[in-house]
Amino acid sequence: MLILDDSNFETEVLKSDLPVLVDFFAQWCPPCQMLGPIIEELAKEIEGKVKVVKVDVDQAPQTSQKYNILSVPTLILFKGGQESKRMVGFRSKQDILKEIPNS
Amino acid sequence: MSDIYDLIIIGAGPAGLTASIYASRYKLKNLVLGKIFGGTITLAHKVENYPGFEEISGFELGQKMVNQARKLGAEILQEEVEKIEKDNNLFKVLTIGGKEFQTKTVVIAAGTQRRKLEVPGEEEYLGKGVSYCTSCDAPFYKDKIVALIGGSNAAVGGAVHTAEFAKKVFIIYRKNELRADPAWVAQASANPKIEVIYNTNVTEILGDGTRVVGVKLDNPYQGKEILPLDGVFVEIGGIPAGEFLNSLGVEKDENGLVKVNQNMETNIPGVFAAGDVTTHSLVMSQVIVACADGAIAAQSAYKYLKNFKF
Repeated sequence: MLILDDSNFETEVLKSDLPVLVDFFAQWCPPCQMLGPIIEELAKEIEGKVKVVKVDVDQAPQTSQKYNILSVPTLILFKGGQESKRMVGFRSKQDILKEIPNS
Repeated sequence: MSDIYDLIIIGAGPAGLTASIYASRYKLKNLVLGKIFGGTITLAHKVENYPGFEEISGFELGQKMVNQARKLGAEILQEEVEKIEKDNNLFKVLTIGGKEFQTKTVVIAAGTQRRKLEVPGEEEYLGKGVSYCTSCDAPFYKDKIVALIGGSNAAVGGAVHTAEFAKKVFIIYRKNELRADPAWVAQASANPKIEVIYNTNVTEILGDGTRVVGVKLDNPYQGKEILPLDGVFVEIGGIPAGEFLNSLGVEKDENGLVKVNQNMETNIPGVFAAGDVTTHSLVMSQVIVACADGAIAAQSAYKYLKNFKF
């Protein structure tokens, strides 16, 4: 799975044609590690409809600050370069899917 | 519908995983359905009182249990249970994802969900200064001023961990004495960055539209009702998970804890319970106790299966 940093966030997320689900995570955060496999599974299920990427907050401090990330994991769904939905904290695959309208 | 399990365990924390370990060694075909693998303990930054482990992260301790249960042959799935129905001599377990499983016995080890303060601003600023997980979010508050709300091990231990990053950490507790283990209280007392505010509740979480800027107190601190803060960590305990049990008729106490006897039996034959979700957790809600509950519940399920003619 694509892990972004400050240098490529704009290209990969803000300029994407498809909606993008961004998983903001940190190496030190246990629930982030638990969410990992769930995000991988989810990515396969919505492939082609929604792009799924990860951002390591340590590697992307400017992006994290821009989007006011003070908690991990935080999932943000971007549409047309804009934040469309934000989910804070660990959640199940079904909970995440519920928040992503099928395009 | 496929095979019938001997045992389905609801919850993949220490209670459920220990039940699974014992069940597997009793040669019971068991399935574990859980939301958070490793359970609530995975949120603890450091565990120093689990026998055999001088110091280990809650996450690592939880993962070791998951791996052990898997190695012994249990199927562990990330699923949330919607309800359980009695089906003649069997039980039907239905998940939110729409899956259906059949089993002869059930162990409920669903644990708790973090309790919310339920004050204005709490939901609005979730992830923007309000957090329920110090091990997740403490590093975001480097050189900032934060508060831990609560007086338990999680709150005081969380304060000690957060003080590694923050400039100042307040512990705001409603009583006049912290109820955490003296070992944690000593660490907090020895830390010059940590200050305890007693006999006080937070009545509102204040923000500037983007992030938390402070909290309102019901008891003024240094003459002021508002305490300026960059972050608030809520550690006021857990609410037993268990709406999915309503249709089955499992007896609970007035706080929603599943009633169990010494054998971890509930009021329903074939249904057992273990860990933080049970009334036994009122004695002590610790991993070691949850594990003991899980082992006993598995033994009870095993004995039940031996005696029951299906």
